[in-house]
Amino acid sequence: MTCPMTDKIFKKREFADFLRALKKTYEVLVPVREQGFYRFKAIADGEEADLRFTNTRLSPKSFVLPQSERMFEFTLDEKIEDAHILKEATRAYSPTAIVGIRPCDAKAMRLVDVNFNNPEFRDPWWVKRLNSITLVGLGCSEPCSTCFCTSVNCGPFHEEGLDVLLFDLEEYVLARPLTEKGKGLLQSGGVERDADEGSRNKAHKLRREAEERITSHVPTDKLGQKNVNDLFDAPFWDDVAFACINCGTCTFLCPTCWCFDIQDEVIRGGGDRIRNWDSCMFPLFTLHASGHNPRAEKVQRVRQRFMHKLKYYVDKYKNGVACVGCGRCVRYCPVNIDIREVFRLMNEL
Amino acid sequence: MNRYVDEIRVIARKILEEKAVDLIIGFKEGSIPMMTEPVLIRDAAETDQLYWDSFCFMNLATYLPKREGKIGIIAKGCDSRNIAVHIVENQVKREQLYIIGVPCEGMVDRRRLCSLVGDKEVREIAESDGGITVRGEGFGHTLKKADYLQDNCIRCMHRNPVLYDAMAGDLVEERKDPDPYDDVREIEAMEWDERWEFSSTLIKDCTRCYACRNACPLCYCPTCFVDESGPQWVGKSIDPTDTMIFHILRAYHCAGRCTDCGACEQACPVGIKVRFFTRRLNRDVFDLYACEAGLSIEERPPLDTYRPDDYDEFIR
Repeated sequence: MTCPMTDKIFKKREFADFLRALKKTYEVLVPVREQGFYRFKAIADGEEADLRFTNTRLSPKSFVLPQSERMFEFTLDEKIEDAHILKEATRAYSPTAIVGIRPCDAKAMRLVDVNFNNPEFRDPWWVKRLNSITLVGLGCSEPCSTCFCTSVNCGPFHEEGLDVLLFDLEEYVLARPLTEKGKGLLQSGGVERDADEGSRNKAHKLRREAEERITSHVPTDKLGQKNVNDLFDAPFWDDVAFACINCGTCTFLCPTCWCFDIQDEVIRGGGDRIRNWDSCMFPLFTLHASGHNPRAEKVQRVRQRFMHKLKYYVDKYKNGVACVGCGRCVRYCPVNIDIREVFRLMNEL
Repeated sequence: MNRYVDEIRVIARKILEEKAVDLIIGFKEGSIPMMTEPVLIRDAAETDQLYWDSFCFMNLATYLPKREGKIGIIAKGCDSRNIAVHIVENQVKREQLYIIGVPCEGMVDRRRLCSLVGDKEVREIAESDGGITVRGEGFGHTLKKADYLQDNCIRCMHRNPVLYDAMAGDLVEERKDPDPYDDVREIEAMEWDERWEFSSTLIKDCTRCYACRNACPLCYCPTCFVDESGPQWVGKSIDPTDTMIFHILRAYHCAGRCTDCGACEQACPVGIKVRFFTRRLNRDVFDLYACEAGLSIEERPPLDTYRPDDYDEFIR
């Protein structure tokens, strides 16, 4: 029998102790600011998490789906018996805790999971990695003006995908376990004290206020019922795509972009089969061996990115849009292509 | 609003109405502070979308290669030099273009502004003559614009367009004082291994998104060497060697053609100062051939000219 999940509480100044305790069981990744932006990093002794961040520049998807991952290795040396035979590359799946992940990025992992782990396909590495990671979310008390999470089935304190959700109550941190995994983590971290009702009320208020502070909203209600060909042939794609320089910034920063390419790299008679992040923005993404490219034009590639997120995914998985409203693409697109505007154009067509 | 905006709109409207051009390439106001969006306008009634401020850091010449018809284009100093490079390299014809020149006193580096306020969000920007006000929740600063310029603008000596059909304002005074290659000399003063370490650290965060390459007006090859798949020249992973090959080769392809517009650096999502690579080569080209890219539409770039009577023996 499992106990019900009870909110726990600890002093904020004990945060470093909490992390230190976790390090006995987990590899602990926390946000740190380095070379101009925030990123998740394993902390060494004496280093501290910097929780003043709004969000990390790149999403933490790379801890489940690394940008470059060695899948197999092989030898071409025919004197060796198993020449040309692919052998799975060894990987570590040691228990890892991402502490401070934003709720949007955790929810994104659920959205991607339906692609990598479904009755038809099961990507063993994605599944094993995701299982080995415990996600300790930190609610966004101060969301950005480019965050639109509440419009896309998410929110600044959204719980889906998380194992624990932390509420920053200034002097205290309220820790809400959401899964057995999360409960175990809090035990490892020495967090045992039950939260009192006053703190729970404060947490509730913090959440409500944060949700009210989201000022950016996008419409999504009509996307599902639109005719896919009407959207595909919509008149606005040329305008949307004009400024696009077809770089991979949006797709590489996005927590829900999962596309990859597989390459063999050989050196001195041995080699690796590697899977690398790919981007629908790149012409090579769809280039056929024949030389034909079904998405040879920029506008086709731009359309693909938005159609995939806001229509194909919606239709295929009946799971909402493939976007969590983190706003990274809005903030870092070098030419200011704003997905919120594309939501409007597609929804209102 | 910036003093050039009205004039840009007036000229743009006029040339569209008079059918002197089929379209205008300019900037429109961004959806978030410190950003602008390149825009294509065909209808005179839409010219009020055109906008100008100190965050028009993309280089509009990027949108020119192989474009047909008569094109109106807004150009600050560096954009105009890249337009000149395109003309010399046969990417567009001079007679296709109506260039609306904008005198430039430098673009403001949004990252420099952001680092001033930590990780807080800048929610509002207001520009006045020479000043810039940055506001967000719990802070407000009025700053001197000149203290927050992009690195390339600090060293710029061609702020006025070199090529234009109309100007949206009076020419600004060109600066004579900047030391254009002080940073290059600093790196050259390093030992070899130090220099390698410096470059490797510089690109450590590169995600191979190619924003630097794609923001660059010079990178118009139909298929870039990193995208070539038969044969494949460069590995596609984030192996540091492959990443370094990409950056070094990209810089070499820009040698003698780069105007140091800084679009590459501004586009980079992880803030890599990629200009360190191109600037070293710009300096070499300047030292060896006394040439700066894009100052004339008569001269070919130094690295694609050959003269049988060249005074250097090694090339004859």
